[in-house]
Amino acid sequence: MLEFTVAGFLLLALIFYAVTGGADSGGGMWDLLASGPRAEKQRRAIAKAIGPIWEANHVWLILVVVVLFTAFPRAFAAIMTALYIPVTLMLIGVIFRGSAFIFRKYDSRAENVQNRWSTLFGAASFFTPFVQGVTLGALATGQIRVEHGTLTSGFLAGWLTPFAFLCGVFALGLCSFLAATYMTNDTREQQDVQNDFRLRALCSGAALGPIALAAFLVAKTGAPEIFAGLTQWWALPLIGLTICLALVALASLWWRKFSLARFAAIGTATLVLAGWSLAQFPYLIVPDVTIPNAAAPAITLRLLLIALIAGSAILLPSLYFLFYIFKGDEAAGSESREKV
Amino acid sequence: MGMSLGFHIIFAALGIGMPLLMVIAEGTYLRTRKPVYLELAKRWARGSAILFAVGAVSGTVLSFELGLLWPGFMEKAGAIIGMPFSLEGFAFFTEAIFLGVYLSGWNRLPPFLHWISGVLVVIGGVMSAVFVVTANAWMNAPTGFKIVDGKITDIDPIAAMLNQGSLHQVLHMVLAAFIATGFSVAAVHAFLLLRDNRIAFHRNALAIALLVGGISVPLQIWSGDLSARTVARIQPAKLAAMEATYRTQNGAPILIGGIPNDDARTADYAITIPRGLSILAMRDPGAKITGLEEFSRSDWPNVRLVHWSFDIMVASGFALLALSIAAGWLWWRRRGLPDRRWFLCSLVAAGPLGFIAIEAGWMVTELGRQPWIIYGVMRTQEAVTPMRGIAVPFALFTVVYLFLAFMVVYLLRREFMKTAEPGNARLPTHA
Ligand code: HDD
Ligand code: HEM
Ligand code: HEM
Repeated sequence: MLEFTVAGFLLLALIFYAVTGGADSGGGMWDLLASGPRAEKQRRAIAKAIGPIWEANHVWLILVVVVLFTAFPRAFAAIMTALYIPVTLMLIGVIFRGSAFIFRKYDSRAENVQNRWSTLFGAASFFTPFVQGVTLGALATGQIRVEHGTLTSGFLAGWLTPFAFLCGVFALGLCSFLAATYMTNDTREQQDVQNDFRLRALCSGAALGPIALAAFLVAKTGAPEIFAGLTQWWALPLIGLTICLALVALASLWWRKFSLARFAAIGTATLVLAGWSLAQFPYLIVPDVTIPNAAAPAITLRLLLIALIAGSAILLPSLYFLFYIFKGDEAAGSESREKV
Repeated sequence: MGMSLGFHIIFAALGIGMPLLMVIAEGTYLRTRKPVYLELAKRWARGSAILFAVGAVSGTVLSFELGLLWPGFMEKAGAIIGMPFSLEGFAFFTEAIFLGVYLSGWNRLPPFLHWISGVLVVIGGVMSAVFVVTANAWMNAPTGFKIVDGKITDIDPIAAMLNQGSLHQVLHMVLAAFIATGFSVAAVHAFLLLRDNRIAFHRNALAIALLVGGISVPLQIWSGDLSARTVARIQPAKLAAMEATYRTQNGAPILIGGIPNDDARTADYAITIPRGLSILAMRDPGAKITGLEEFSRSDWPNVRLVHWSFDIMVASGFALLALSIAAGWLWWRRRGLPDRRWFLCSLVAAGPLGFIAIEAGWMVTELGRQPWIIYGVMRTQEAVTPMRGIAVPFALFTVVYLFLAFMVVYLLRREFMKTAEPGNARLPTHA
């Protein structure tokens, strides 16, 4: 039971990463794709929205990794060996995304310098979530084999498949959709820019449907375990709910109910990740590594769980505080400014 | 990974030290209400933001690299020392969250709360170091588990965290971070004061940085002695390599420098302090010190590298001690910030010493533990990834790190050149 609870936390951290850090990547994509007469305004709005919170968002990824290696050391070792190449590529992406963003902020304001960093930031923002999607997808393909504790399938198994590729594309779509939807909320004072982001959110949201369908169909041969999971009795209502939420998000974007759109988009992303993990349950790496057979001893899990709960008790209010301070309604901001 | 760590540790040290300087500056502003301190806190905060971002990306690389490079190690050790790494995750969160609050809260928070969020950044930074160094200390002094028939059982993560190496390594590392930051920041401002020694901004900056660095150095020498005594107890092979002591002997000398010769089992051309080692390590001039000859040749670390690294660290430590004493003396004599040219020049020259000592110290710890990855339990060879062609990502990361380092230096230089302007207010008279 303990191991499943910890796995639940792991999933939760992954979801948090997707809806915060993933959306930051999406912001980078829209930065690269900024176009039209308001391109510069779009860029500035994105930079302002990501601002000093991207680092906190990024820590979710680190939390996923440390919890994975503490609670499921065998799975961690197998994943890092089998997916050595995509994970290394992802790290390169992470490095350039973070550093280009911060360098752009502190480097010269000259246009050519700014553009150079923007391009790097944007390119890395495409690359990173794509490879993350590929990596996650590879775990489900069933091609990574671990026998008697040693990896037997080499370094190319799983991630060079159409299914993994589609997972990468889906990750791109999801991140860009989340980012554009958030941006409609962050640009309330600039109608024209808000309209730009509304259009982008509608397009990327609409694109998610076909990508998901394609991934589902490819899963039949490419990731049979997932396909089997998603065609069980419990999956139907879950998939239905996910689609409904996605439609709610799109509809509220259409009718300019932007806060509702944001919640619906977060809900969609959450359900997608939850549905995927339920379909893959109890496997961490299909078909040889499961949650129970990779778990650390009970004492480690128990302590980890205590740490996770205690940590969250400190973390969540602090995060809320950060978002409140940073995004907090301008009124609250100017009020305390007067006091200073 | 050695390279990634060597790179990361620089930013980690600054990530611990810079927030401290920034908080002291803001605290001084809150007390004195002199705008120059506020300006200082803001500039240092901007510097911290750049450093922190690079620290974060290089740290992310590390947490994956643990698995990428040493899957065998993580498979065995993950359950035992994953704990401090997970706690470290929360420390990062604290640090990242409150740095975000700090950077964007200048106008949005009441001053005292803003300062408190800075204090939380410092605490987050120190806690990251505490946790991660605990994990490292466990590799030197593995405890909290049993091995039965080659299988690890009876895991006790808390006992593993409280291993015998933790206390001295944590103390030594946190102080090292304060020293390295203090003296490198002091060097930058000393350099700018050499051009014009009346700029109040740089004078105040120098005073704070020098205070933090100068107070930490004597404490560091004490904690270094504690480290050496503990190493003598729990890792005699490392101590022997540090001191190039090949033969077991009573009343062993300290050897400084020289060229250790594994075959002849001597250190040629070294300066010798008779009985020094026995006194320092055991507090007894006649104490017996275990030499490398007690260990099989295949269990020796690289004696030359360990010995030279150790000497470099200790030499840097004493050079900084001399400088701190000089600073204290001048300050006391003249009741004011020492700003003689020769003194500022030596501060500039000493700027990198803290970082040199940190890198050298880590070489002592890590190379001195070889050939073990977990001392006495697992050899490095058994842990390494089966992946071939490791050289490719290694070269790739080297290039990336060089690029990052170059950019950071370039951007910080920009920040510091700018700092001269708003802080241009000069002291009325020559101080
Ligand atoms: C500013 C940096 C600095 C300075 C001035 C010193 N050290 Fe140090 N030393 C470190 C920075 C450092 C370090 C980089 O932080 C290490 C590496 C691992 C650790 O825990 O601290 C270290 C490790 C380290 C170790 C190995 C600990 C182990 O492997 O468990 C010993 C024995 C010493 N030191 C001893 C000294 C002595 C006797 C010093 C007296 C001058 C000294 N250090 C100055
Ligand atoms: C918590 C901190 C650290 C951990 C967990 C850690 C972990 C390890 C491990 C597992 C090894 C053995 C594998 C190998 O030999 O390649 C190693 C070696 C090494 N480490 Fe560390 N390390 C830490 C800190 C550092 C730091 C800060 C530095 C450098 C400044 C460093 C430099 C090295 C070097 C150079 C080696 C190579 C030794 C060799 O290959 O002979 N380490 N470290
Ligand atoms: C040798 C001792 C180490 C010390 C003293 C240390 C300390 C720190 C500090 C103070 C930070 C905050 C970032 C900054 O301000 O620049 C940091 C960042 C980080 N470190 Fe280390 N670290 C060490 C080794 C390691 C190792 C071995 C790992 C790998 C597991 C690691 C993983 C990380 C990660 C993931 C971050 C980024 C956190 C973020 O995004 O905020 N560190 N480290």
